[in-house]
Amino acid sequence: MSLAVELENASKSFGSVQALRNVSLEVEAGEVVAFLGPNGAGKTTAISIMLGLRSPTSGHARIFGQNPREPKNRARIGVMLQESGVPGLLKVRELIRLFTQFYNAPLLVSKVLEMANLTEKKDAIASTLSGGQKQRLYFALAICGNPDVLFLDEPSVALDVESRRAFWQEISGFAKTGKTVILTTHYLEEADALANRIIVINKGEIVAQGSPAQIKSRVGGKNVSFKLEVGNADALENLPNVQRFSKTGESINLYTLEPEKVLQEVFASGLQISNLSVAGAGLEEAFMEITEQGAKQ
Amino acid sequence: MTGLNPENANARAYNPFKGLGFQLYCELIRLLRNPGFLIPTVLFPIMFFTLFGLPNAKENIGNGVTVGAYLLASYGTYGMLSAALFGFGVGIAAERGLGWNRLTRATPMHPIMYFSAKILTALLSGLVTLTALFAFGILVGHISLPLETWLLLTARIMLGMMPFVALGLFIGYLGNPQSATPITQLIFLPMSFASGIFLPIKNLPQFVQDLAPYLPAYHSGQLAWHTLGAGDSASLDSHIIWNLGFTVLFLALAVWAYKRDEAKQYG
Repeated sequence: MSLAVELENASKSFGSVQALRNVSLEVEAGEVVAFLGPNGAGKTTAISIMLGLRSPTSGHARIFGQNPREPKNRARIGVMLQESGVPGLLKVRELIRLFTQFYNAPLLVSKVLEMANLTEKKDAIASTLSGGQKQRLYFALAICGNPDVLFLDEPSVALDVESRRAFWQEISGFAKTGKTVILTTHYLEEADALANRIIVINKGEIVAQGSPAQIKSRVGGKNVSFKLEVGNADALENLPNVQRFSKTGESINLYTLEPEKVLQEVFASGLQISNLSVAGAGLEEAFMEITEQGAKQ
Repeated sequence: MTGLNPENANARAYNPFKGLGFQLYCELIRLLRNPGFLIPTVLFPIMFFTLFGLPNAKENIGNGVTVGAYLLASYGTYGMLSAALFGFGVGIAAERGLGWNRLTRATPMHPIMYFSAKILTALLSGLVTLTALFAFGILVGHISLPLETWLLLTARIMLGMMPFVALGLFIGYLGNPQSATPITQLIFLPMSFASGIFLPIKNLPQFVQDLAPYLPAYHSGQLAWHTLGAGDSASLDSHIIWNLGFTVLFLALAVWAYKRDEAKQYG
């Protein structure tokens, strides 16, 4: 197998802030890898270093074994970044044509328009596009060079639920042709829908990585909270499927990967409760969980 | 099978100027679609010439040079310097640090191609301005010069533009989208006056006349006026040397500002 992208002990500091700490990873050609983490975790810094937009303070980045800081070594990649804006007064097809010129073997502009579902908008001035249409334009610009590796930084952050699903289909379609895709996201759902490997990153470090199923089992837990009316809930703390437990007066709060089993236990033990809520844990919470697990092991 | 490793083929085929033609087309089409840029740039020199040059266009200022020809050279220089500073320099500042520039920086596009397209756009828009002004001078002002003088004048005005392309690059990397236009106006308008580009230098106060030879626009103007035979007492060569000197100085400052910005945004 050939390595598409590598980071080797890459660290990055901005002044006194360490955005990335000694991160190493290898992405094989054909993989779809998602960087998952909360805002400020270091995802954009990691992707910027892989793209050559930033130089690591120490360590190395390579694309197909070459230094991405050299423009010619970016000939096989396509990129979608956050908040790119568009230069004024140019039409959709002109911008796509402009980007195809940067590559040696680009796709036809008409083919790109079709793939990004922009054919009807090809003569529109790009700055007049809606948010969803702009995102499709950025996707078109990312794929128009027929790249082997596609980088997507928070690709669906500005999209509503419906456009997000349509967009995921476009990316999946691209990945199915054997291309490598590297994306960052702070939605577990998005990482799960697209990736075959998820790298969880927090505070500039990789805290976990694995298949979506493995990661979900570790970060996909729920917060269960209720008010205790009658009974003693202390026994719940020792249930094997309760990862965290806290009690403040009559308010009980626990974190579990199997909320159904825990609630069965609650009702079976004859507790009377009110104000029950079961909510997906935020990623911050999930990372705390992972970090604690790491510390225990 | 060609026996070539595709990665090597990619690297070998890399041409840093690939796409320059279409990039240039895009820059020019943007100007054409933006009346707010083109109209002031092309029309201002013609307007100044109409106001100050036409009323006494035939008047002789010595050495067989008419007021009309002298002011065509002045406002032609003005138009070119304006294209270099406002079209090129302010344009760089406006786009610098935008998400769009970051995006193109992550593609195989070479930054040198971007600068080349920007400079060529400034040169071409300057040439359009100059051609429109000269055509107006010939048709409306009835200014007549030998063809070779028109061509030499155009070439010397473009030479006089060079320090300002470098200065534009410097301001483009020193300022930001908000400050670049005011900085440029603060430098350009007083300097154009003090260099004799708006009004003949003889009409200016003595201390301005003493200061003028140290200003880059003065030498750009002299390159043009010398072509008509209406230059100052210094030699044409000395103005060319001053011009090159300012070009090198501003280029050095531009490289410094560019590297500083590069380290901040892409370091």
